[in-house]
Amino acid sequence: MKITKARLAFNIFNGIFMVLVCIVTLYPFLFVLAASLSSPVFIAQGRVSIIPLGFTTQAYKMVFEYPMIWRSYFNTVYYTVFGTAINLVLTIFAAYPLSRKTFIGRKFFNMMIFFPIIFNVGMIPSFLVVNTLGMRNTVWAIVIPGSISGFNAIVMRTFFESIPDAIEESAKIDGATHMQILTRIILPLSLPSISTIGLFYAVGHWNSFFSAMLYLRDQERQPIQIILRNIVIMNQTDTVMQSVDNDRAQIAESIKYATIMVATLPILLVYPFIQKYFVHGVMIGSVKG
Amino acid sequence: MEAQKLSAVKPVNSKKDHSKLSKALKQIKSEYHLYLMFTPVIAYYIIFRYIPMIGSVIIATTDYNIYKGLFASPFVGLTNFKEFMNNVYFWRLIRNTLAISLLDLIFAFPAPIIFALLLNEVTKKRIKGIIQTISYLPHFISTVVIASMIITFLSQTGLVNNLIAYFGGEKIPFLLKEEYFWGIMTIESIWVGMGWGAIIYLAALTNVNKELYEAAYLDGAGRLRQTWHITIPGIAPTIVVMFLLKIGNLLNVGYQLIILIYNPSIYSTADVISTYVYRRGILEASYSFSTAVEFFQSIIGLVFVTVSNKLSKKITESSLW
Repeated sequence: MKITKARLAFNIFNGIFMVLVCIVTLYPFLFVLAASLSSPVFIAQGRVSIIPLGFTTQAYKMVFEYPMIWRSYFNTVYYTVFGTAINLVLTIFAAYPLSRKTFIGRKFFNMMIFFPIIFNVGMIPSFLVVNTLGMRNTVWAIVIPGSISGFNAIVMRTFFESIPDAIEESAKIDGATHMQILTRIILPLSLPSISTIGLFYAVGHWNSFFSAMLYLRDQERQPIQIILRNIVIMNQTDTVMQSVDNDRAQIAESIKYATIMVATLPILLVYPFIQKYFVHGVMIGSVKG
Repeated sequence: MEAQKLSAVKPVNSKKDHSKLSKALKQIKSEYHLYLMFTPVIAYYIIFRYIPMIGSVIIATTDYNIYKGLFASPFVGLTNFKEFMNNVYFWRLIRNTLAISLLDLIFAFPAPIIFALLLNEVTKKRIKGIIQTISYLPHFISTVVIASMIITFLSQTGLVNNLIAYFGGEKIPFLLKEEYFWGIMTIESIWVGMGWGAIIYLAALTNVNKELYEAAYLDGAGRLRQTWHITIPGIAPTIVVMFLLKIGNLLNVGYQLIILIYNPSIYSTADVISTYVYRRGILEASYSFSTAVEFFQSIIGLVFVTVSNKLSKKITESSLW
């Protein structure tokens, strides 16, 4: 196939387009990074574009000296780990029985899990249920209400179903109970699927803020996304800044950028390594789901 | 044989049921682990999904009083719904919700498709991979970080205004002017969703039969015609399913982002049904009213998705269920 003029023109256009996409996608991050390391004077003057001007780590220093940052980081890690563990256990407990042909009521329970995906229950009634159960202002309000994603359960179930019956049957002949079949055979074979779904849940927890906003009253329990919201969106930079001089307004800007970086850096760092899991997971989910 | 014939003559129901039931119980007993582990799942769905569903019907049709509880609150029928429809903001909320959704449908829905088609034309695998990886980075950023970026970039001393000032223009307080909000939401939607949305289409593209392309080439079809006649029909089922999902969510605009970046001076274009529910329900504790509003939204969503599902079955043979 020789390359025609038209094809060449297209390739050039496409190349430019792709470069633009990459620039537009990455630029906001680069800007935030540069601004967080720039002297407030230059930020206010609007001269920062890609590289830091007047390099300084002052903003980060102030951010890290704010005790709530560390506390909220700890909270976020705690909610993420604990939350994901519960997510996985419950999702597996949902997916495994549904994948067994001998499970009575299978059709009914499949519908039970599918229906909430298309008909979403509202914010208000869930809010009332969670409060009535006394989970308000506790870790349970963060971790339980969204613990089973119907979509993930179905994807996992489909995966379990794809494991050949022969394996389960021979284990049964050997006298294995379902718990043993699950833990010793099914789970080890499903590790890719489980780690992918686990990663989805984990990223969701790390980035979540709405549950915390609805249910957590104490400052001490807030996750980092809420702290970020407080600092940037509600302009509570005063809590972070110790100094009381004229540069207050300017310093505030650089603190905001530093806080954004702090809130999202873990995801950015981990991203290159885990992104292939997500892509793979989406592809499996879309094909089978 | 004889015994079976005999039992066929007797009124068989009770015996059949009994043996069916006992069979079932035996089954459950032998595989009890299965049912044991599923129990918390059932509990979860009942408590956190279905009770709220039923509860929302009850709350929406009563004058809900927290102290009286679900069953003692006075029944008011459709009063809350009527109140909503006569509410001064009713049309505004619907308009804003639909506007943001439709703009999303027109601009942000095709973006991943076009991106996938173009990316598919990139031949060097490595470069393709790098572009892809970069493109879905925004999907993993939290809503708060995105809101923070929007707020700082559009502020008076932010990126965008600095650029405007550099070219001699006058700075614009974007987030305080109602006319910009829909544009901001649409741009955000494209920035975040284009790369990630393309994954599904790229996967679908790899499933298109390569031989069709060769045959078309031999018949003299150029790249463009090939794309029109082979590629697009090839990924059409995927497009339809994704479209359906979007339609089903037409009224469920991304309210979390809006809550973070809106403010009273732009409520006229920024306030959508869900944000209104949040303010009236969670912040002002008008439970009955806001639940009715929410219920209204969910029912319409359900209707939309059911209708689209049926339509799609008829037109393209692919559907959600």
